[in-house]
Amino acid sequence: MAQYVIRRILWGIVLLLLVILLTFLVFYVFPAANPAALRAGRQPSPQVIAYITHELGLDKPLYTQFFEYVKNLVLHFNLGYSYYSQESVLSLIVSRLPATISLTVGAVVLWLVVGIPVGILSAVVHDRQLAQKTRLKMLLAWIGCALIPLALIALAGSTWGSIFFFLWGLVGIVILISYFTKKGDFMDRSAMSVALAFVSMPVFWLGLIVLYLFASDIGKFPILPGANTYVGLTADPWKWFTSLLLPWIVLGATQAAIYSRLLRGSLIETMGEDYIRTARAKGVKEPRVIWRHGVRAAITPVITVLGIDIAALLGGAVLTETVFDIPGIGRLNYAAIVNTDIPIVQGTVLLAAMFVVVANIIVDILYAYLDPRVRY
Amino acid sequence: MSDPLLSVEDLRVEFHTEDGVVHAVDGISYQVDAGKTIGIVGESGSGKSVSSLTMLGLTRTRTARIEGRIMFEGKDLVALPDEQLRGLRGNDVAMIFQDPLSSLHPFHRVGWQLMEAVLTHRKVSKSAARTRAIDLLELVGIPDPQRRVNGYPHEFSGGMRQRVMIAMALANEPKLLIADEPTTALDVTVQAQILALLESLQQRLGMAIIIITHDLGVVAEIADEIAVMYAGRIVEKAATREIFTAPEHPYTWGLLKSIPRLDTPRTDELEPIAGRPPSLIKRPSGCFFHPRCPYVRDAHRRIDPQLEPLPGQPEHRVACLLASNVRADIWRGLEAGEAPSTLRKLAEPAHAAAVGGSEPATTEERG
Repeated sequence: MAQYVIRRILWGIVLLLLVILLTFLVFYVFPAANPAALRAGRQPSPQVIAYITHELGLDKPLYTQFFEYVKNLVLHFNLGYSYYSQESVLSLIVSRLPATISLTVGAVVLWLVVGIPVGILSAVVHDRQLAQKTRLKMLLAWIGCALIPLALIALAGSTWGSIFFFLWGLVGIVILISYFTKKGDFMDRSAMSVALAFVSMPVFWLGLIVLYLFASDIGKFPILPGANTYVGLTADPWKWFTSLLLPWIVLGATQAAIYSRLLRGSLIETMGEDYIRTARAKGVKEPRVIWRHGVRAAITPVITVLGIDIAALLGGAVLTETVFDIPGIGRLNYAAIVNTDIPIVQGTVLLAAMFVVVANIIVDILYAYLDPRVRY
Repeated sequence: MSDPLLSVEDLRVEFHTEDGVVHAVDGISYQVDAGKTIGIVGESGSGKSVSSLTMLGLTRTRTARIEGRIMFEGKDLVALPDEQLRGLRGNDVAMIFQDPLSSLHPFHRVGWQLMEAVLTHRKVSKSAARTRAIDLLELVGIPDPQRRVNGYPHEFSGGMRQRVMIAMALANEPKLLIADEPTTALDVTVQAQILALLESLQQRLGMAIIIITHDLGVVAEIADEIAVMYAGRIVEKAATREIFTAPEHPYTWGLLKSIPRLDTPRTDELEPIAGRPPSLIKRPSGCFFHPRCPYVRDAHRRIDPQLEPLPGQPEHRVACLLASNVRADIWRGLEAGEAPSTLRKLAEPAHAAAVGGSEPATTEERG
């Protein structure tokens, strides 16, 4: 196993060098704004541009630039300096990383907490057939629940009441459809329909909708801090937390949907296996059969996907960061691309690639830990 | 003679599916005494596995309808609530399955799975359960149990895995062991070892065994009594020796004659039973076996035979409309090497003293 890890790490380094080279090539080959021209101010003369080009080392051949970059990186841990602001790329990245990490960690926790139980429950009940009586009872209960928003309007004003009416209506659509469909289990089908809806939504669309509805500055029902409210954890923990709630919900909802569907499919397949029948034949209680025998086997694809997803997010959730104006790596990368600020792009791309490489190695090791049949 | 340990009484199991009602088990009855073994033999689709799964309540699904009684130690397993039945599973009644590689959880150590069998039903400490796990491995003949208890199922050979399954089933000293095709996935030499193991364990623990198989060689070895199943019914039931020396159902003859023998010339062809097992949704009219029976008469297409004891032999029961003496003649002919086509005339009314044997008064309805 140790040999395997070392081999993977070495190949990972090779891969990272390749990533750096490719990033160089992309900016060299594809037309982009001339960084020297961007730095030179208004109506620059060719001499000024030539001077800046030389200062930035852009007139050296590509392979020299590449070699110097790698040398700096490996020997001095220096990622270069921004063409735009002359700041050290490393310090820029380090200053932006906490925001991305906060966004990632919170979203991951949220989507696992929601996605995994929903996935398990859906799988467990998917072939249950509720009696007509039970479905009718659910329908009546939902109609009865209309009282809640009505009461809220009467007591607390129309804002909260309308929110609950809206939610009641959404739930109602689901209940009505499930009431009239005979096949499959009501809870399972409604959960998976909702999940499908969230899977289909673009993250930025959902983000904008959520801001439009709930942001404290511009929302129809202002209940949570909106865009551009992020502060660091150390600066103001409460504000940090509340400013991230909407981004977490947006990012978490779309991902929870994916994970619940994934786990549901995996668990339904697992529960048909022979060893589940053996566990039941041993007299093991059903919840334990589902959890220790079923989920234990069904969770492996979820873990694999989770590792990759985390890596991808740590590389910068550009869409979410842009919609909510969070100062993270994603936005840093995007701004740098627009400004042809190549050193920053190099740095963020390298960081993202490093996360992916590390995540893949960790996921593979974890897989061997979960499935003892896998040995390296 | 005390009451039998297990008494299956007119058990019926139906599955209501989109394609129709599957009559998996259609009124079977048998008994097993403590320390004895009954072999249930039949082709795929005969209902033998469903009948044994039903004993543990593992067929209690949304679409299943289960009728009849399974009396075990004074309790009716068909009517027993889920929770009580669960308490019996892996405890007083245990089951082992056909493919030990897929039947053991691939992600958990063998020791963990054995300990779970113990801890589910007994309040003992983890270390006591672990000791028991090691003892069980030793009991079933696995060498170096201290080390192997930490192994994973894929690290064992096929025969060893089946021993582990047996160990797991024996964890709580069951009174009844149900073995569903325990040797089918194993090669012949390992088969013999496993059967020998089951016999010796039976002697030690005094447990009853129900062994389900399609292999007559296996039951010849280990069973005291054999029940032959076809299309969800028992068509013949007798002591093992009787089944092999004086079988009286054409299906049993077919099974016996299709076994390859060492003493027949190589040029002789095997005699399979013509046709295929019937659909359990739309079963044949009259006698279920009639489409495949070489000795079929017109009446057999209309009348459904009951399982009746042979005259003078209450322990040997057959469900066939041919007269007993006719059947004995046919079997003698088969033993002498004659083909079913030549023996067919023995079943004809001109030859037989009484046609149809003990015909029931009414015709059965087909499902």
